[in-house]
Amino acid sequence: MNNPDLTSVAQASFTDSGPAKISANKVSVYYGEKKAIDEVSIDIHTKYVTAFIGPSGCGKSTFLRTLNRMNDTIPSARVDGEILLDGDDIYRSKMDVVQLRARVGMVFQKPNPFPKSIYENIAYGPKIHGIAESKGDLDGIVEQSLRRAGLWEEVKDRLSDSGTALSGGQQQRLCIARAIAVDPEVILMDEPCSALDPIATARIEELIDELRGRYAIVIVTHSMQQAARVSQRTAFFHLGNLVEYGRTGDIFTNPREERTKDYITGRYG
Amino acid sequence: MSPAIFVLLAIGLGLVGWLAARSRAWAFATANAASGGGRVRLHSLPSYHGWYVALWAFIPAIVFVMIWNAISPHLVMQAILADPAAAQLPEFGITRDTVLAEALAVASGNANGVFNPLATPLVEPATAAMQRYAIIGVIVTILIGFTGGILAFLRLKPDFTARTRVERAVMMILLLASLVAILTTFGILASLVFETIRFFGMVNPIDFLFGTHWSPDPMRDPAYADGADYGALPLFWGTIYIGAIIAMIVAIPLGLMSAIYLTQYANSTFRKWMKPLLEILAGVPTVVYGYFAALTVAPFIRDVAKSAGIASASSESAIAAGLVMGVMIIPFVSSMADDSIAAVPSAMRDGSLAMGATKSETIRRVLVPAALPGIVAGVMLAISRAIGETMIVVMAAGAAANLTANPFESMTTVTYQIVAMLTGEGSFDHPATLSAFALGMVLFIVTLALNFIALRVVKRYREAYE
Repeated sequence: MNNPDLTSVAQASFTDSGPAKISANKVSVYYGEKKAIDEVSIDIHTKYVTAFIGPSGCGKSTFLRTLNRMNDTIPSARVDGEILLDGDDIYRSKMDVVQLRARVGMVFQKPNPFPKSIYENIAYGPKIHGIAESKGDLDGIVEQSLRRAGLWEEVKDRLSDSGTALSGGQQQRLCIARAIAVDPEVILMDEPCSALDPIATARIEELIDELRGRYAIVIVTHSMQQAARVSQRTAFFHLGNLVEYGRTGDIFTNPREERTKDYITGRYG
Repeated sequence: MSPAIFVLLAIGLGLVGWLAARSRAWAFATANAASGGGRVRLHSLPSYHGWYVALWAFIPAIVFVMIWNAISPHLVMQAILADPAAAQLPEFGITRDTVLAEALAVASGNANGVFNPLATPLVEPATAAMQRYAIIGVIVTILIGFTGGILAFLRLKPDFTARTRVERAVMMILLLASLVAILTTFGILASLVFETIRFFGMVNPIDFLFGTHWSPDPMRDPAYADGADYGALPLFWGTIYIGAIIAMIVAIPLGLMSAIYLTQYANSTFRKWMKPLLEILAGVPTVVYGYFAALTVAPFIRDVAKSAGIASASSESAIAAGLVMGVMIIPFVSSMADDSIAAVPSAMRDGSLAMGATKSETIRRVLVPAALPGIVAGVMLAISRAIGETMIVVMAAGAAANLTANPFESMTTVTYQIVAMLTGEGSFDHPATLSAFALGMVLFIVTLALNFIALRVVKRYREAYE
């Protein structure tokens, strides 16, 4: 392959996946004077798991957090370029951030259930967004979300127990269930397994695979094995740049860029 | 001879010990050098040897000085009473005490002449006794300090672990310092308990705790103390109404909201200026709040109430005192709330925001519930501060013990009555005066309980996030 322009490669290579759910166009992120992300362009598609890999500090988590504007909570952060969700620029001034985050859910590195009951943790989102019309509705949403997160059988008899009393892996699945409960279109996962043991990790990876049919999932991970196992698309970030983006199989077996090859063969990072 | 001289003596002994021990340690270190060998490595630096010996000279001496100060006046007194001239003294009462005090004052040079002629013959034996005991004191102090120092000095060797031992002594000194506060608390409690028991010997505790009429008369014959006049319920009610209800209605919402604004909304520059400003509120002397309440707020409220048709509005009102006290308490509530909201992990906040919750939904549904134990503890500390507050109520709330829910009426509190009873003209064994101790006891128990619960709550809350 001759080394064509990266953006066109990223877009051209997925003609089979339909229109992009999220389309980032020359996105740069600054923390004060420091440029953390440099003109990243990428398309993310529904029904695929997209993995962001790269060494620590490469900007993959920062970029992930721009996709649902969680960087807004950091006063010094500034975003240039455009990010389209179904063709709408999410950084336009009239964008309703609250609605955006209901459509683009997020799961964090460390499980962060609220110090409330399991039921209340799941019901939180539907309640604030007014999704459930009745108590019965809400019960239904809670059950369905917990089932999809593969947690229902384990907690159905103790929904009133505190969410913080669950094990780490269960807490993380609770957080995934909580994100699912508002029926998002995209789920962002920021190293969701880094605080979990291998068994809990395997459970979450299975879950991600099951969920992929309904959502666009973006996962940031440190583990290249995990990226290889769960994702169909992989983006390799380095020093704030998107170095290479393509089918996971291609990235791991036949990377175009020297830097990608060095990283996945463990030469650095 | 004044106690300061004894203390200086002890310090002097310590200094001598320090210098002697340090030069001895230097001598150990350099002994070999004179005969051509290298320096000997000491276990501890010479100055530690110095401190070790200094402490051994100083501490026993100072302990003796303290004991001696406590007992020597009794010894002097015994010597005076043993003198034949003391036989002339009246047997009991104030005259006898006055004569003895005069003799001692003249003997120690604090007075020029005697007023009561009976004291004159006692001056000479008093002077002699004081001199005798002063000399004994000095000699024994020197002996003790010297013995301690010598014993310690003899222990010095090159490998003597002076450093470790001084460290241990430092720890003991720090421990003693912290014990002072604790012992003081026990002392206060003991004095309260003692006087309270005396009071309850005269007035039935049931009458005191549940009676509704409070009008102690310090002039009445104590033999006829009537329990019916010592019903403290209106005082307890006034205290709770002003300190725990009106003041908290002001302080809780304002304190909580300012804490939420400062932690969640304010930018760092505003926060940097606002927090200390808010804390200055807590540093304003309460007497200043008191006259603000009495001269500005109370008349204003009375005028407003009168014009609104409330005829009973008084110029000293519970609401004036309560409002001003509430403002005073704001920093207590807000700083505790601020700390506990800031202690909620930011992962909680991010989790809620990522669900699409707005900032205020996040605060209301996640942050405040998670911080609630800390906030509750802050409120309890604030209440215990408010019900113990004195100046504002003395100046603004009034003296009338009304049992009413009308905030525009004058009301009195426990603290106000403690001041009134202790500064009144009653004698110290009159139940009216003693009632102040019983009131103090109640206040002490209630505030102690509030603080205790608050600390427990905070402790359990801290564990929840670690």
